[in-house]
Amino acid sequence: MTTGQPSREIGKPPDCHAAGVDVGSTQTKAIVVNRGGEIIGRSLIPTGANVIMAAERSFLLALEQAAIDRTNIGCIISTGYGRYKVEFGNNQITEIMCHARGAIAIFPGTQTVLDMGGQDTKAIRIQPGGGVVDFCMNDKCAAGTGRFLQYAAAALGIKLSELGPMALRGTDPVDISTTCAVFAESEILSWMARGKKIEDILLGAHYAIASRSIGLLRRVGIVEELTFTGGVTRNEAMVKVLSELLKTKLNINEDSHYMGALGAALFALDRALYVKNKAASGSS
Amino acid sequence: MIYTAGIDVGSTYVKAIILNENGDLVGSAIHSTGFLIEETSKNMLEEARERAGINSADIGCITTAGFGRSMVSFRNTQVTDLIAQSWGVRALYPATHTIIDIGGQTMKAIRLDDGGRVMNFRLNDKCAAGSGTFLEKTAHYLGYGIEEIAPLVERSTKAVPISGICAVFAESEVINHISQGEKPEDIMHGAMLSLTERSVSLMKQVQMQPEFTLVGGIMRFPVMARVLRESLGGAANVPPENLAQFTGAIGAALLARRHLEKKTD
Repeated sequence: MTTGQPSREIGKPPDCHAAGVDVGSTQTKAIVVNRGGEIIGRSLIPTGANVIMAAERSFLLALEQAAIDRTNIGCIISTGYGRYKVEFGNNQITEIMCHARGAIAIFPGTQTVLDMGGQDTKAIRIQPGGGVVDFCMNDKCAAGTGRFLQYAAAALGIKLSELGPMALRGTDPVDISTTCAVFAESEILSWMARGKKIEDILLGAHYAIASRSIGLLRRVGIVEELTFTGGVTRNEAMVKVLSELLKTKLNINEDSHYMGALGAALFALDRALYVKNKAASGSS
Repeated sequence: MIYTAGIDVGSTYVKAIILNENGDLVGSAIHSTGFLIEETSKNMLEEARERAGINSADIGCITTAGFGRSMVSFRNTQVTDLIAQSWGVRALYPATHTIIDIGGQTMKAIRLDDGGRVMNFRLNDKCAAGSGTFLEKTAHYLGYGIEEIAPLVERSTKAVPISGICAVFAESEVINHISQGEKPEDIMHGAMLSLTERSVSLMKQVQMQPEFTLVGGIMRFPVMARVLRESLGGAANVPPENLAQFTGAIGAALLARRHLEKKTD
């Protein structure tokens, strides 16, 4: 479950807080929780080329929002593909564990998690109570990841944030038959040349990615409740298409994008409190 | 004299060929496919015909091949890429037993028996990492155009490993290498090696046997042909000049001739 050695001693601040930093391929997210596990600070920035700096900056922004001092953070856990680059963290935990933990914290009935990020998609099965029983990920190929949507947006010359709303206006989705995101780009352009509406092409692209993710979900088994996490949760069209194809409601809220960072922060809180309790019982 | 025409409507380029009764190449034309497939095909046929110096009425049969073969309404017959390639390649290199064809969006390995019939084939048209597009994308990430690939790699002194698993994710790999001070030519060389590995693995899947013949748009880069030839242990036929791009169209024109002969029988 955990890898690497703690890079520093877990602290014992008087007012125990904890933080999680999720260094994704595209965006870096940080969450600060209070002693009760409630989110009191969050931040989201592009990862960019300097991973170390992105992690540090994201953490500081979350601290600033939480309006607490760095010395009050008892433990910091990093996750995501760049987790080993977080030099100020106490430990690292995989994003599989963190997304599961975050999902369970907000939606306790979760048994399946679908995490769609910028460069990979993961399906995670959780047993009642929270342990990860199985997972499956697509990180070898951009098909069925957020990157596919980025390519579609770039091919059509629209902003990523406009993608969802525009796709929702589609009525007659085109059939995107290519698997590869690169080939999809030319397929999209050929649909344009044949006079199809952008809305319908985009809706078609959403269906194509959703069915790839559902294929991934089937491999771990789909058991309700299903919680959707990661950056693509902000795309309303994807949420709609996924729930339509899965014939179920997806758990999602405004913090779904931060689920990995939240899970990391909660693991960090466990450790900080454990150290604190041990310290307390040791001194009594 | 009655001539025949072959048009290979590929995902990236349309190639047209005109052959005379003896099977000699008398006219050719090539243009990027674009979206107006019918129009581009028509233009390429006209261009090849003008170069041959013949009239439209002199062309007895037009046969199409390639992904867009059924979108050309003025065709007389159509054939699959596999058959067209096997005919075109065998006409140039009669002892060919294995063909690797690397195009813009596909890669095909074709195994032929002694008589030139297709025994087995493997196709990748699902993933850009296994096609010419992979090189184009890598070049693009490095800030180069596709025609600059060959001169670039010629300067390379070593190959920087590129995983070649996904043409999209190659972008971050390229950026990492650049930030670590690797040279663009060495990165491009690495991308070429990774495409070569994919080709050889596809050829192994069809139980490759010599002689090998390498065709497709990618082979117009002499350096790609060289790298692939080296990884095959030295011996492989590569059609001269830009003929490597035209073997499908040549095959289609030969099959057009066979169609005419069958009709007159």
